[in-house]
Amino acid sequence: MAVRVQREDFDVGAEIAALTDGNAQIGGVTSFVGLVRDMADGERTSAMTLEHYPGMTEKMLAEIDAEAHDRWPLEASLIVHRYGRLEAGDRIVLVIAASPHRDAAFEACRFLIDWLKTRAPFWKLEETADGATRWVEAKDSDDDAAARWETNEGKKRAG
Amino acid sequence: MKILYFAWLRQRTGIGEEDVTPPAAVRDVASLIEWLKERGPDFAEALQDTTAIRIAVDQEFATLDTVLTGNEEVALFPPMTGG
Repeated sequence: MAVRVQREDFDVGAEIAALTDGNAQIGGVTSFVGLVRDMADGERTSAMTLEHYPGMTEKMLAEIDAEAHDRWPLEASLIVHRYGRLEAGDRIVLVIAASPHRDAAFEACRFLIDWLKTRAPFWKLEETADGATRWVEAKDSDDDAAARWETNEGKKRAG
Repeated sequence: MKILYFAWLRQRTGIGEEDVTPPAAVRDVASLIEWLKERGPDFAEALQDTTAIRIAVDQEFATLDTVLTGNEEVALFPPMTGG
């Protein structure tokens, strides 16, 4: 299990290989990659800048990662989240979950991205083609997606 | 006490990070925000709607009634939009 917050891009294949090499207990690996779109709320956007809360970000990602390991029999996991200015098409976030069986890998991967969207302190500032900027607003659908994973134990941890 | 502002809260207050010494009457997050609002129109406007603000105390999520003793790191920010 590992988390990284970085400005640099990442190589999905290399990350999966590094995470799984030498562990023959792993029977299934799932990954999710989030990308910058060129359209938001019906408006063309050219780039975005991701701001975060250094210190708390790493701490929250580690807590989310630990929660996934509590809930599913994972052999390995990884969260990489970028910050700084990113352009349309750029990779933003990578989540990998590896387990002996696919069900746990699929579910844990979905859980990791759903929870980090509402719990990791990142904020997106979008730039439109004409250079105007606006802060992206949190979506109810993201809260709903995260809420599906709520348990009494999870609620306790989230405070 | 260290106060951190992120995203539009940072832009509207014009401050990313500051050290403050609140009066003794500031005992929780709610009273801290009321005190910060008295510091100028930018703060009053940015902190007007507390339902739009998320709070962390010492890098743990907190609420308006979280108790403060004076040495904490308090962060104020909008709902998160990562991923």
